[in-house]
Amino acid sequence: MKKFATLFGAALLAGTALYAVKAQAADELTITSWGGAYQESQRNAFFKPFIDAGNKITEAEYNGEIAKIRAMVEAKAVTWDVVDVDTQTALAGCAEGTFETIDWAKLGLDRAKFIGGDVTDCAVPNILYSTVAAYDTTKTEAPASLFEALFDTTKYPGKRALQKSPFVNLEWALMADGVAPADVYKVLGTDEGVDRAFKKLDTIKKDVVWWESGAQGPQLLADGQVVFATSWNGRFYNAIKTDNKPFKIIWDFQAPDWDWWAIPKGTPKIEEAYRFITFASDPQRMADQTKWISYGPANKDAAPKIDPAILPDLPSAPDNLKTVFYPDPQFWGDKGDELRERFNAWLAQ
Amino acid sequence: MAVPSYYTRGETIAYYALRVFVALVLLFLISPILAVMPLSFNSESFFTYPMPGYSLKWYEDFFFNPRWTGSVKMSFFVAFATTILATTLGTLAALGLSRSNFPLKSTMMAILISPMIVPVIISAVGMFKFYAQLDLAGTRIGIILAHTALATPFVVITVTATLASFDKTLMRAGASCGAPPHTVFFKVVMPLILPGMISGALFAFVTSFDEVVVVLFLASPEDRTLPLQMFSGIREMISPTITAAATVLVLISTALLITVEMLRRRSERLRGVQV
Amino acid sequence: MATAQAVPADGVMRAADGTPLKTALARAERRERLKALGLVLPLFAFIVLSFVVPILVMLYNSVYDPDVAENMPQTVQALQAWDGRELPPEEVFAAFVADLQEAQKNKQAALIGKRLNYEISGIRSKVTTTARKVGALAEGPYREAVIAIDKVWGDIDTWATIKRSSSDWTPFYILSMLDLRQGPDGSIEHMPADRSIYKDILVRTLGISLLVTAMTLVLGYPVAYMLATSPQKTASILMIFVLLPFWTSLLVRTTAWMILMQDGGVFTQMLNFSGITFLMNMLGVIDGEPQLFKTRFATVVAMTHIQLPFTLLPIYSVMKTISPNYMRAAKSLGGTPFYSFLRVYMPQTLPGVAAGCLLTFILCLGYYITPALVGGPTDQMISGFIERAINSENNWGKASALGVILLTATLILYYVYNKLVGIDRMKLG
Repeated sequence: MKKFATLFGAALLAGTALYAVKAQAADELTITSWGGAYQESQRNAFFKPFIDAGNKITEAEYNGEIAKIRAMVEAKAVTWDVVDVDTQTALAGCAEGTFETIDWAKLGLDRAKFIGGDVTDCAVPNILYSTVAAYDTTKTEAPASLFEALFDTTKYPGKRALQKSPFVNLEWALMADGVAPADVYKVLGTDEGVDRAFKKLDTIKKDVVWWESGAQGPQLLADGQVVFATSWNGRFYNAIKTDNKPFKIIWDFQAPDWDWWAIPKGTPKIEEAYRFITFASDPQRMADQTKWISYGPANKDAAPKIDPAILPDLPSAPDNLKTVFYPDPQFWGDKGDELRERFNAWLAQ
Repeated sequence: MAVPSYYTRGETIAYYALRVFVALVLLFLISPILAVMPLSFNSESFFTYPMPGYSLKWYEDFFFNPRWTGSVKMSFFVAFATTILATTLGTLAALGLSRSNFPLKSTMMAILISPMIVPVIISAVGMFKFYAQLDLAGTRIGIILAHTALATPFVVITVTATLASFDKTLMRAGASCGAPPHTVFFKVVMPLILPGMISGALFAFVTSFDEVVVVLFLASPEDRTLPLQMFSGIREMISPTITAAATVLVLISTALLITVEMLRRRSERLRGVQV
Repeated sequence: MATAQAVPADGVMRAADGTPLKTALARAERRERLKALGLVLPLFAFIVLSFVVPILVMLYNSVYDPDVAENMPQTVQALQAWDGRELPPEEVFAAFVADLQEAQKNKQAALIGKRLNYEISGIRSKVTTTARKVGALAEGPYREAVIAIDKVWGDIDTWATIKRSSSDWTPFYILSMLDLRQGPDGSIEHMPADRSIYKDILVRTLGISLLVTAMTLVLGYPVAYMLATSPQKTASILMIFVLLPFWTSLLVRTTAWMILMQDGGVFTQMLNFSGITFLMNMLGVIDGEPQLFKTRFATVVAMTHIQLPFTLLPIYSVMKTISPNYMRAAKSLGGTPFYSFLRVYMPQTLPGVAAGCLLTFILCLGYYITPALVGGPTDQMISGFIERAINSENNWGKASALGVILLTATLILYYVYNKLVGIDRMKLG
């Protein structure tokens, strides 16, 4: 017994000491993105080539929670060096000093060449994606419209998978309730309008499975747990192309948005972060990304380099734009926190 | 096991009813753990029976994918460091507390045990904010300190329990034979409380090895532990590799359980306690 | 250790060095006590520094909130003279504009907006918009110009709220945990219905914990009885069934339940196979296959599974000490087996029942992982909302106030446990 204890103790000490020494060498750039198929496309197009060029990367995933980034920045414990954010996060984070202001000269990039490059000073646009719904063609008949798919539970009994976020869901609810697309933000800007949107969501509350990460929507659809699921168009595209799922995307009232690279304020690796963003904004690499996911590159120079085969699957394809609804990022940058808190309270009730 | 012949009819029914009930409860306890293990050998990535075929690919992923192997290494590192710190601090404290004239013993004990009782989310959030000010959030040292705080109560409890039945005259005997205090400790006390110490150490190890909430707040992406890797995987979507990881963890806990049980029996035998 | 020789003439017992024995003893005891303290001190200091202090500092945030005072110093100063009866004078507006311009430069405007928004719903975006626009106001008069940007600044209540929030201390977070708030005049009123959720959450947390505790007792008591009364060999085999789940990681067990409880998963297959699904359809309890994932049912089942050993083991160890002679005596005195069990055996097990149930109830209150993974949005307990407050809303005040509520409940029960059972009698495995 004593021998065992001595050996055990010695092994513990040796192992710990060894690992502690190795721990000193953590000099990697941590890049946080949205996981799943999207991060896989970034891995193929940007991360792997960046590593091959002699850099070290640690990947992390999140589900777009701005509060997590704020908590880090406020606590001065920033462990994410580059984050892929959506537009409302970029705007809100810029207004309150969560992100570094981007020095485009330092990046060596021409801001004018980036679609939406002037929307915020704190982030570099990388792709255009869209929030859409989809269904399984072998199980569900094509719905007449998006709102029928999401809100008509008599015609389509069963669950719907929606993002656990007020973003886009509130707008869709209002439009399904008869608000004209042009008036959505005017209505949503009032307390009565918010009440109205939640009232509409109330009608399907018990039929909704809420997802948090983008991979869950297609997954729930594939498992037959839901009749309709929303997600980002690239996620469905991957399920259809890579996993041969019999899904069909409903482009009706698709809600396009940007994704951006942002740098949380206070990261010790700001130089490397800049280098990575420059690297990942290269037109050829951006065009390459479309091989793995159907998002449009934000760098205009990348457009001619894209394989034409994917064009009809991008949110920007003319056929997909017929009833497009553009969410107002400024509205969400300003009111996102209030609506999220209200949404969380509504969910818990 | 037959019913004794003098049992009344009611007693017989109660006898069998109890056995059936207990069997069902034990089944309830063990079956979720057992039901998941075979699914880790499924050749397809879904979780229903019957399985279409068998495969070891999820284990291959678990044992060779650097994300998983890295997290396993990290977990072992943190758990070992935690075990050493927690066992040392906890044993010393238990020795002090076991002296009969310790002032405010009950209050002191209540404070030392409190990390086990306080909801872990409160500990995690508090530590995140506080450690961040000391530049310890997102570092391995931060995780180890936090885990040590959560793990010491287990050491204190197990070692105190061993000391409760420890005959203090043995120490006096040692001292009166002229042995200096440290000799008394290593030659007399230590061998007798060692089973308790090792049990406590194993508890501390498991506490750290399984902990997920504190690392959720304190760990940087580079320092992902196995439970954190599993947890983020589960939130994304359950991959069968998670069932493989779960199976490995069950095997580890089985080994630890057997060790602790053997130690307990040995120490009971040593101290002549009839079980 | 010194030993006294014989009783000396003066009647005072002396140690070998001549000091009175009483003094020597006291000295020795003091030395012992110091030694004992010295042994405990390292851990005590460690726990206080790494655990107790961080928690206290965090809880402090539930009443300490200097955001407004720090970021609007001039406005706060100017408002001190304001009597609150009519719209504040020009000086206040001038100070306000200066503060907002400064805040906009330092990117703190959103922070002011966030803090005020807790009390005046919808003002966050108005603050940020106003902060963007005041940059253009080069010179006064500011009052009309500011009100022209947003009419919320023309409302006396807005200024009353700012004045009230200007203290470093606020009862706001704790009040909101009781679904209460302060009106503009400082009086306490109910939260509007769409923000009144905390009483529900508290009741829900207590309810789930109570239900799980009851379930573990109902399931665990007979098992403990059987373990305690079976022959040694049988008992140690049965014990494995209890201890293996106990040693298996909580995350693994929760994952197991997640997989089993999926719609159409193994649990549903079992219900279908055993005919329970059919029966429940017949009775009209459900329509079609049961949907268990992300429900209260799944949460309670998984939590019961995880907590069962915690309730069972203390009961078992008490039962082990009960001599079978009592039951024999009761029966030989003519008691029916049931009556004897109820009146003789059961009362003796109560300390174990109290210990097990209290421990389980305390631990249940703090559950986070299991409800998060197998429960739906309406099954989340207080811990889940603390996590949400930080990771989704970045509201430390709210997280801390929820923490105060949760910790208070836990500590009260912990105190009861300590008095009733005794911490030092807690056993593991």
